[in-house]
Amino acid sequence: MSEYVNPGDLNTWECVNCGVPLVIGKIQIAYLGSAYPVDLLKCPSCGLVFIPEELVLGKMAEVEKALEDK
Amino acid sequence: MMNQNELRELENRCIQEHSPPCTAACPIHVDVRGMIAAIQQGDFAGGLKILRKSVPFPGIISHICDQPCQVVCKRGEAGAAIAIAPLEKACVNWGGAAGAISALPQKPKRVAIVGGGLSGMTVAYDLARKGYQIAIYEANSHLGGRLWEISQDRLPWSVILQDMGVLDKLGVEVFLDTSVGKVGSNGRCPPLVLLGEHYEAVYLGTGTDVNEFYDFPLDAQGQVPIDPITYMTSQDGIFAGGSFLHARDFGGSIAQLVSQFAPQQNPQALPDGDQQTGVALSQPVWRSALLSVMDGRRAATSIDRYLQKVSLTASRSNEGPYTTRLYTNMQGIPALPQVPAVDPLQGYAEGEAIQEAQRCIQCECMECVKVCEYLKHYRGYPKKYLREIYNNLSIVMGTRHSNKLVNSCSLCGLCGEVCPEDLDMGIVCKESRQVMVGQKRMPPSAHDFALRDMAFSNSDKFALARNQPGAQASLYAFFPGCQLSASSPEYVQALYAYLGLQLPEAQAKGVGLILRCCGAPADWAGRADLFQAAQAEFLAEFEMMGRPKLVLACSSCYQVFKNYFPDVDILSLWEVIDQLGLPAGPQHRAGAARASLAIHDPCSTRYESHIQDSARNILHRLGYELCELPLSREKTECCSYGGLMWLANPELAAQTVQRRIAENPLDYVTYCAMCRDFFVRQGKPTLHLLDLIFGADPQSLAHQPGPGYSLRHENRARLKRKLLKEIWGEDMDASKSYENIRLFIAPQVQKLLDERLILIEDIQQVIEYAERSGKKLLNKKTGRFLAHYKPVAVTYWVEYVPQGEAYEVFNAYSHRMEIGEGGA
Repeated sequence: MSEYVNPGDLNTWECVNCGVPLVIGKIQIAYLGSAYPVDLLKCPSCGLVFIPEELVLGKMAEVEKALEDK
Repeated sequence: MMNQNELRELENRCIQEHSPPCTAACPIHVDVRGMIAAIQQGDFAGGLKILRKSVPFPGIISHICDQPCQVVCKRGEAGAAIAIAPLEKACVNWGGAAGAISALPQKPKRVAIVGGGLSGMTVAYDLARKGYQIAIYEANSHLGGRLWEISQDRLPWSVILQDMGVLDKLGVEVFLDTSVGKVGSNGRCPPLVLLGEHYEAVYLGTGTDVNEFYDFPLDAQGQVPIDPITYMTSQDGIFAGGSFLHARDFGGSIAQLVSQFAPQQNPQALPDGDQQTGVALSQPVWRSALLSVMDGRRAATSIDRYLQKVSLTASRSNEGPYTTRLYTNMQGIPALPQVPAVDPLQGYAEGEAIQEAQRCIQCECMECVKVCEYLKHYRGYPKKYLREIYNNLSIVMGTRHSNKLVNSCSLCGLCGEVCPEDLDMGIVCKESRQVMVGQKRMPPSAHDFALRDMAFSNSDKFALARNQPGAQASLYAFFPGCQLSASSPEYVQALYAYLGLQLPEAQAKGVGLILRCCGAPADWAGRADLFQAAQAEFLAEFEMMGRPKLVLACSSCYQVFKNYFPDVDILSLWEVIDQLGLPAGPQHRAGAARASLAIHDPCSTRYESHIQDSARNILHRLGYELCELPLSREKTECCSYGGLMWLANPELAAQTVQRRIAENPLDYVTYCAMCRDFFVRQGKPTLHLLDLIFGADPQSLAHQPGPGYSLRHENRARLKRKLLKEIWGEDMDASKSYENIRLFIAPQVQKLLDERLILIEDIQQVIEYAERSGKKLLNKKTGRFLAHYKPVAVTYWVEYVPQGEAYEVFNAYSHRMEIGEGGA
C-alpha cells in the first residue's frame, strides 16, 4: 500500500462538520475498473478525505493516463 | 475497423519507404543514398560496407559499372546527376581494407558452378556466404571470364585479383582448366549428370554454350528451356544464367530490362566516359556487367530456396531494375555542377568525393511531414503511423501507446492535399476514434471538456431557435455557431441586425436565428451517438422554422452542414457580405485602414475557394492590402482547434500555432473565431474579419486575447439572454442556485483555472455543495477551506474563504479517479 501523506499536513487539517483533526487512514482510489488502496488523511469520524494538489497533479494524473490507455 | 487489407492498401499509398530512383534502377539495388550519406560524413568505410551489402565485387563493379542509376538521378534536374560509380570507387579506395567477410555456418549441401565469369562468381559468393559448399568448374586457366579483356586503364588487373580474393576467403573450391561435359567432349570432362550426383544443385554460367550440353532436351528453337523468373532449367536442380539469357525473348520481363541498358537511353554512360569528371565509366561490351551480377544473384536466390525447399517464385517482383514510385520534391533546390576529379585516372580524392556526395539531395518524399507539425512530432511518416494505429486498434490486452497519436491529429486534410498519392491521415485518425469509441477504449479524458462545452451550447443556456418576431417561418436563419458567440457575442447581434435588413426578401419572409453547436466536436471525437442526437435536435428546429437557408459564420459549421445535412441549404456569411455589401460600421471612417495584413484561411475552408475569395474581397473593400502566407487556400494550416488537437495534445497544439504564426511578420487576419483567439494567445497580433467591420479600434483588438473558457460560456449565455430580451421581449428562466454564487478570482488564479480547464460553474458547484452540506476541510494555518465535489465525472477541489456574500477562490484542481469515501 502506498502512503501519500505530507508530514507538514498532519496537524494542519480539520474536518469542519466533525471539528476533529484529520488522521491517516486507508482509502480506495478507483478508476475504470481498477482500485488501489492508499493511505491518505481523512476525518476519523465522517471519513471526509484530503487529497493534496501535488498528488492529484503528479502520481494521480500519471495513473489516470496509464489506466485510460490500458 | 480497419482490416489487414485496408491497412495494406493505405500503407501502399505512403511512398516514403520506396527506394530512391537510383536504387530502383540498379539491377542489384545498391543503397546509393545510404552510401552517399556515409560519404557526406566522410565515412568511406561505412560507405564501402553499404556497397558490399549489394555488390559482391565492389572494386570491379565501381570501375566498369555503366550507371543506369545516373539516368534517373533527381540531381540531374538541378545541375547534373551525381557521379555515382566514381563515389563507389572512392569508397573502395578510401574505405580501408576489406575486413572479414561474414558467412553463415557451413551447411552440408554442395553446389557446383560451371563457368567462373562474373555471374558464376556472384553465385559462388552469395551461396558461400549462406554456408553452402561451393565448387567452381572453369574451362580456362583463370576465373573472371572476359573481365581480363578490359583495358587496364579502365580495370587494372590488380583490382580484379583483389576482389576475387574474397572467394578464397569464403572457402570456394575452384577447378581451373576443367570443362564440364559438352557435346564432342573427349570423355575426360565430368559430364553434367555426374555433377548432379555429387552436388545438390548446379549453376551453368557458361554463356551461350549452355545449349551445347548434351544432357538437356532442347525446345523447338533448339534452346535449353529456362524459367525467366527462377532461372531453373528443364532439369530439376540445374539453373542457368548469364549474358545469353538477355538475347532471348521471354515475352517481356528480361527484354524490358535489357532495353534499359541500351546506349541511347543512357547518354551519360557512353564509351568515352564522363566528360565532366573525366572518370572513365564503361564501354558497350561491358554494358552487361551489372546484368551478369544480377543474374548470378537471381540464380543464387533460386538455388538457396530450392535447397531449403521453399517457393522459388514467391515475392520476386522487384528483382532487377524497376521504376520507383518515390516522389521527391525538387522545388527550391539550387542547381550545382558535378565536382570534377583533379586526377581522372585515380578518380576522386577524399575531399572531392565528400564534396560530390554533398550534392546528393538524399531523395525522400516526406511531403506531408514537411508541412505538418503533428506528423513531424511523432518522428515518423504515415506508413509507420498507419501500422502503429492499426496495432493500437487491435490490442486486446496491454497498453495502447498510440491513443494520443490518434487523438492529436487536427483532421485538417493538409497531408492529403500535399500527398502525391492523396493519403489523408485525418480520415484514418477520425475513423480510428470512432472505432475506439465503439470498443469502449477511448480515454474518457481525451475529449470530455469539448463535449461538455458542446452540451452546454446545446442546452437551454445557449440553444435558441426563433423566427423573426411576428413571423411564422423563416426564409433564412442566421447560425453564428458556438465559438463566435463565445468570442465576440456583440458581433453576432450586429450581424443578425444586418442580415435582417439586407437579405433579399428578408423583411417580408423573415430571418430567424439559431444559436447552438453544429456538433463538430462530437464528430471529431468519434462520438456518433452525441453527433446524431445534436443532429436530431437541430433538424426538429429546422423543420419548425420552415426549413430556412442557413447563413453560417463558422467554416467548421459549414463543413458539418455540407457533409451531414445534404437537405439544408447553406450560405457562408462571407459570401453574403461580399454580395450584399458591408454592414454599416466604423470601417467607413476614411483613412482608418490601408494597412497590410497576412491572411490566414481557416482549414475548414480548404476546398471552399468561394469563401476564401469572398473574405479577400471584403478585406480589399475595407481597404486592406493582403499578403498570402506560404501555405494558404487549399494548402492552409490548422490553428490546432480542428480535430480537438488543442485538447488532446496541448504541447503539440502550441507548437502548431507557433509554426503558423512565425510564417509572416505582418499582423494576421482571419475569419474564424478560434484561429484568431489561438494565435493571439500565443502572442501573434491577429484580427477577425469582423473586428475590421465592427471593431472601433482594430489596432488594439489585434492584441486582445480571447475570453477564457468560463467567460466563453458566460458570453454565450448572456448573448441568448440579451437577444431574447431585446428582440423577442422574453426573459430567460431563473438560473440554477449555484450560478448565483459570486466569486472573487485574482487574474493569476483565473489563468491557472483556464490552463486546468476548470470553469467558474464547476467552482460554484463545489462551493454550493460544501456550504450546504458542511463537508469541507479547514486549514488551521491559513484559515482557508478546501472542499471537493464531483458534478458528473470529474472531481473538483476548491480552496476558498467566504468574503461577505461572496467567496474568494485561491486554488482549484481536478481529477477523474474516484475516491472511496464514507466511513471512518
